[in-house]
Amino acid sequence: MATTTAPPEKPVKVVEPGSGTGSRTTRLLGLACLVGVAVLMVFAFALTEADLVQQDVVRMIYIHVPSAIAGYTGFVITAIASVMVLWKKSMWWDIVAVAGAEIGLLFTGLMLATGVIWGRPTWNTWWEWGDVRLMTALMLFLVYVGYLAYRRVVPSADVRARRSAIIALVGVINVPIVNRSVEWWASRTLHQQSSLSDGKLEDLTLFTLAMGFVVFAMVFAWMLIHRFRIGWLELQADTVGLQAAMAERRAQMEADIDDAVAHPGVSEPIEGGSA
Amino acid sequence: MTHLGYLIAGWGIVLGAMAIYAFSLARRGRELSARVPSDRQRWMTTPERVDAGGPNR
Amino acid sequence: MREVWAVAGKDLRIEMRSKVVASQVLPFAVIVLVLFGLALDADRGTLRSFTPGLFWVTVLFVAILTIQRSVSIETASSAFEALRLSGTAGWKIFAGKALAVAAQLLAIEAVMLLGVVVLYRSSFEDPVLVVTAALAATMAIATAGSLYGVLAVGMGVRDTILPMLLLPILAPVLVAATRAFDDGLSTAAVNGWAWCSLLACFALLYAIVGGVAYAVVLEDA
Repeated sequence: MATTTAPPEKPVKVVEPGSGTGSRTTRLLGLACLVGVAVLMVFAFALTEADLVQQDVVRMIYIHVPSAIAGYTGFVITAIASVMVLWKKSMWWDIVAVAGAEIGLLFTGLMLATGVIWGRPTWNTWWEWGDVRLMTALMLFLVYVGYLAYRRVVPSADVRARRSAIIALVGVINVPIVNRSVEWWASRTLHQQSSLSDGKLEDLTLFTLAMGFVVFAMVFAWMLIHRFRIGWLELQADTVGLQAAMAERRAQMEADIDDAVAHPGVSEPIEGGSA
Repeated sequence: MTHLGYLIAGWGIVLGAMAIYAFSLARRGRELSARVPSDRQRWMTTPERVDAGGPNR
Repeated sequence: MREVWAVAGKDLRIEMRSKVVASQVLPFAVIVLVLFGLALDADRGTLRSFTPGLFWVTVLFVAILTIQRSVSIETASSAFEALRLSGTAGWKIFAGKALAVAAQLLAIEAVMLLGVVVLYRSSFEDPVLVVTAALAATMAIATAGSLYGVLAVGMGVRDTILPMLLLPILAPVLVAATRAFDDGLSTAAVNGWAWCSLLACFALLYAIVGGVAYAVVLEDA
């Protein structure tokens, strides 16, 4: 078995080829996610009361706000990882960066989708151009769409790591500028100022929202772990492919040399006339 | 329950998208892990360390 | 500083000789202005009140083409390699390329301003503000654009990836420049100078970021 020759200080778990990126931890985490989503739905739809003003549509808050937090967390992870890529020149951090961006993009997309659906009954419009948070989220979303699109077209792994780190960081630097410009531009904002702080929410509503954060955090962690492992496997697959190609090339060269030694003159028709 | 259509749409999109993404991650993981030798599937070590300590050396 | 002017002067001399921007990008800008007029049904009231927005959307499109040209000058003859080997600091190359792009954009904008006066019947209520806003916004576009332009170097599909990367970043510039022009052309009652200061902040920020990042990118250009 391959594991016997591995370095002794780090015992290697035997991984069956094709068994996927799961491990016992992630399977437990995945199970917890499923249970968590089910319990969250019970709380969100059965146990909590409807809002006096917004009525039942307030139940959107249990997925909208956690999506927003998860989306921004993903981009923060990408930003930190991008700094580490440029600082440590590490492929490990590059894999973290792309995992954060992809998952951040998913949750930011969900935040925008739920926000649009929520906006229609409460603000009486699908889209509000003047809303600062909405526009900032949209711009961040587009920047990271570009980030992932860019990553797909750069062939070399380390060039891709460095350059896409720059793009991610420029995107982050841009956030305050977008925020400022939309705020001045609109000088009005529909978005409810944070509902959490002013004690307006009922205790059970607050508890359910907190539960939403926990459930989304678990889902986020599950996705991040799996996406990281996929990035890791992609890097390994490229390396394996490269090594296989090099081995093939070496074998071919050795065969050519053997051939040339065994049959001198065949490969050198001009000078080999003496044979 | 008021606004049922909006709620179904919102929750449906969120849970549906998360499920689709999770399944796609699992599928990509299975495909890739079939192509990579098992000694290279150690997630937390750096590539250099795997290269140095791999059984192929 | 001499190296910055040398890089900028080189790009501008190439343009003087090849006239790619003058003969292809400038007519494109005029065509877009005419197309807006046709699309908005030649309703002069509409055209006049939307002039700032239409003007700056057109500038963004023109900027994409100008930046692609600026990058292709270098890649066509692997000049990035030569510039790097010449020992010129990354930020100086960046500053030179950005200045050349800004000079070409400003020339096109001058023609476009004439165009909107003639075609859209716009009038300059505050010429100083218009010129200041155009300068600040153009520097912002040129610095951010030159950075993203070099990021797209070395890829076969850079012509399609550049707009996707650059336009979302330039959205605040579009907002700010449009608002500043709103004041300068009296199409809306806003404080144009505040917007100019935002444009200047943006230009300064991207000049710094671009200068730092250019060295990293040139390593593997």
